[in-house]
Amino acid sequence: MLEVAFRHRFPGLSLDVAFSAPAGITALFGPSGCGKTTTVNAIAGLMRPDQGRILLEGRDLTELPPQARRIGYVFQDARLFPHMTVRANLRYPARWRRGAGRDFDRITEMLGLGHLLGRRPANLSGGERQRVAIGRALLSDPALLVMDEPLAALDAARKSEIMPWLERLRDDTRLPILYVSHAIPEVLRLANTLVLMRQGRVTHAAPLTDVLADPDLAPELGPREAGALISARVVGTESDGMIRAATAGGEILLPAMPAAEGRQLRLRILAHEVILSREAPRGLSALNVLPVRITRMRDGLVQLALGDERMLAQVTPRSAKALDLRPGIACHAIVKSVSVLPS
Amino acid sequence: MIDTGWLGPQEWQAVLLSLKVSAVATVVGMPFAVAVAWLLARRSFPGHGLLSGMVHLPLVLPPVVTGYLLLLTFGTQGPIGGPLKSLGIVFAFRWTGAALAAGIMGFPLMVRAIRLGFEAVDPRLEQAAATLGAPRAWIFLTVTLPLILPAMLAGATLGFAKAMGEFGATITFVSNIPGQTQTLPSAIYALLQVPGGESAALRLVAVSAVIAIGAVLVSEWMARRMKARLQGRADA
Repeated sequence: MLEVAFRHRFPGLSLDVAFSAPAGITALFGPSGCGKTTTVNAIAGLMRPDQGRILLEGRDLTELPPQARRIGYVFQDARLFPHMTVRANLRYPARWRRGAGRDFDRITEMLGLGHLLGRRPANLSGGERQRVAIGRALLSDPALLVMDEPLAALDAARKSEIMPWLERLRDDTRLPILYVSHAIPEVLRLANTLVLMRQGRVTHAAPLTDVLADPDLAPELGPREAGALISARVVGTESDGMIRAATAGGEILLPAMPAAEGRQLRLRILAHEVILSREAPRGLSALNVLPVRITRMRDGLVQLALGDERMLAQVTPRSAKALDLRPGIACHAIVKSVSVLPS
Repeated sequence: MIDTGWLGPQEWQAVLLSLKVSAVATVVGMPFAVAVAWLLARRSFPGHGLLSGMVHLPLVLPPVVTGYLLLLTFGTQGPIGGPLKSLGIVFAFRWTGAALAAGIMGFPLMVRAIRLGFEAVDPRLEQAAATLGAPRAWIFLTVTLPLILPAMLAGATLGFAKAMGEFGATITFVSNIPGQTQTLPSAIYALLQVPGGESAALRLVAVSAVIAIGAVLVSEWMARRMKARLQGRADA
C-alpha cells in the first residue's frame, strides 16, 4: 500500500495531492499539466514537496533521498545510460542495493532482452529501449514501480509491442505499480485502481470498474469513453462460432474467437452502444438483451445494475422523459456491441 | 643530449622542456578545471560570477601582467611562494614555474570546454541513476564523467596547445634560462635575437607546427572513437 499526501506550490500550479494505492496497478490519470509527473517525482524523491508525507508499506519515505526509497522509476524517455551496453545498464543497480540484480536471468527472459544484452541504447528501437528501462527498474529490487507514461513516446505499433510485456509484469510479479497515463486504452487494459487528477488535485480514487460505471466520473475519461467494464466467463461455443459467456445478469453472445470454456473475460460496453427499452424488445438485429435495473442517472448517463455489476447507458433527455426512466425501475438493455479486453 | 645534427642540443632541450611543461600543466590542471567547470555549470552560489571572472582573467589580461602577478605571489618573497619555499617548493625561475604559468594561461580554455560538456549532460540521467540506488559520487564517476570525456579531451587539447605556445607570462615569471626555463617559444625568441639564428629558429618553428598539428590530429581521432562509443556504432 502506497499512501501519498503532499502539497507543493509552483508559480503556475499549486498541488494538493492525496491518495492511496493498493496492490496491483494503480493508474494516475489526468490531462497534461495536471501534476501527474510531479506527483510521481515527489514519490520517487526527485522532487521535495513543500510539505507532506509519503508512506510505502508503512515505511516513511518523506525524508529519504531517491537512493534509499527503493522505487523503480520507468521514465517516459527511458533514460538509459548511452555509454553503457544494455547489460551494463541492467547491472547498474546491482552494485549498491542488496538483493538487486538477483533475478537477472528471469527478468531478461520475461522482457525478451536476451539478444539485446551486448547492444548500446542508440542501436535499440524505442520499444526495446523502454523494455530495457523496465528491466533496469525491476533489477533495482524495487518495493514499488512507478511508470511515467512509458508508452507515450512510442507509435501505435510499438505500443502494442510493449503492452503484452506490461500485462505479463502485472500478472507475474506481485509488485505494486503506479502507472501514469492519459491514454484510456492503456488504463483499461492494465489498471485495477484509478486515481483521477485535475489541476493539481486528486478528484477521485477508486477501483477502475467503479469509476467506469459511475455516471459522475465516466465523462472525465473522455466524451466517447463512458462505459463500463464487466466480467464474464466463457460457457460455450455456438455452431456458428459465436461465444456464449455468462455475466452477472445473464448470458451474452460474443463474436467468434478462440476461447476455451471457463475462461474469464473482461468486457467493455460503451454507454453509447447501449439502448434501453421498457418492454422486452422483439424483432431486433442486436443479439444481446440483458435485464437490468436503473440505479442512478446523471446528464444523459444512466447507471444500470446487471446482477451485482454496474454498466452505463447513454440516453437523450427526451428519451429519458418519454420512457419515464428513473432509478429503481427495471428495463432491458440492448447491447449493440461489446469489446473483449485481453486479460 | 640527443644530437641529430638537425637540431642542436639546446634546441632539443627546449622542445623536450616544452613538452614536459605542457603535459604537466594539462594533467595537473585537469582535476581543477573539472571541479571549477562543475561548480560553474551545476551550482548556483554567491560569488558564482566572481569565480567565473577570476577563471577567465588570464584570457583577457596581457600575459606579461599575468606573469608579473605570478612573480609577485609565487616568487620566493611572495605571499604563497615564500611559505612554499620553506617547504622546498620553488616556482620562480624553475621549470615548475613555467608549468604553473602555462597551466594558469590554459586554465580558462580548459574550464570553458569542460563546462560546455557538463551543460550537455542530461541531469535526468543522473536522476535515473539515483533512483537505481547509486550514491552521488558513484553517479559522477560512472555517468557524468564518462559523458564529459569528449569535452575533457577538447579542453586538454586546447590547454596543451596554449601551454606549448605560452610565452609572455612564462618569460616574465621564470625568465629564459637555457635548460631550465627556456621553452620552445622562448628559444625561438632567443634565436631571433642573435645574428645567424634564423635557420635554427625556423627549424624550431617547424617542430612546433608538427607538435601542434599532431596534438589536434590525435585529439580528433580520440574524439571520433569516443563519439562512436557513445552513439553506439561500436557495440560490445
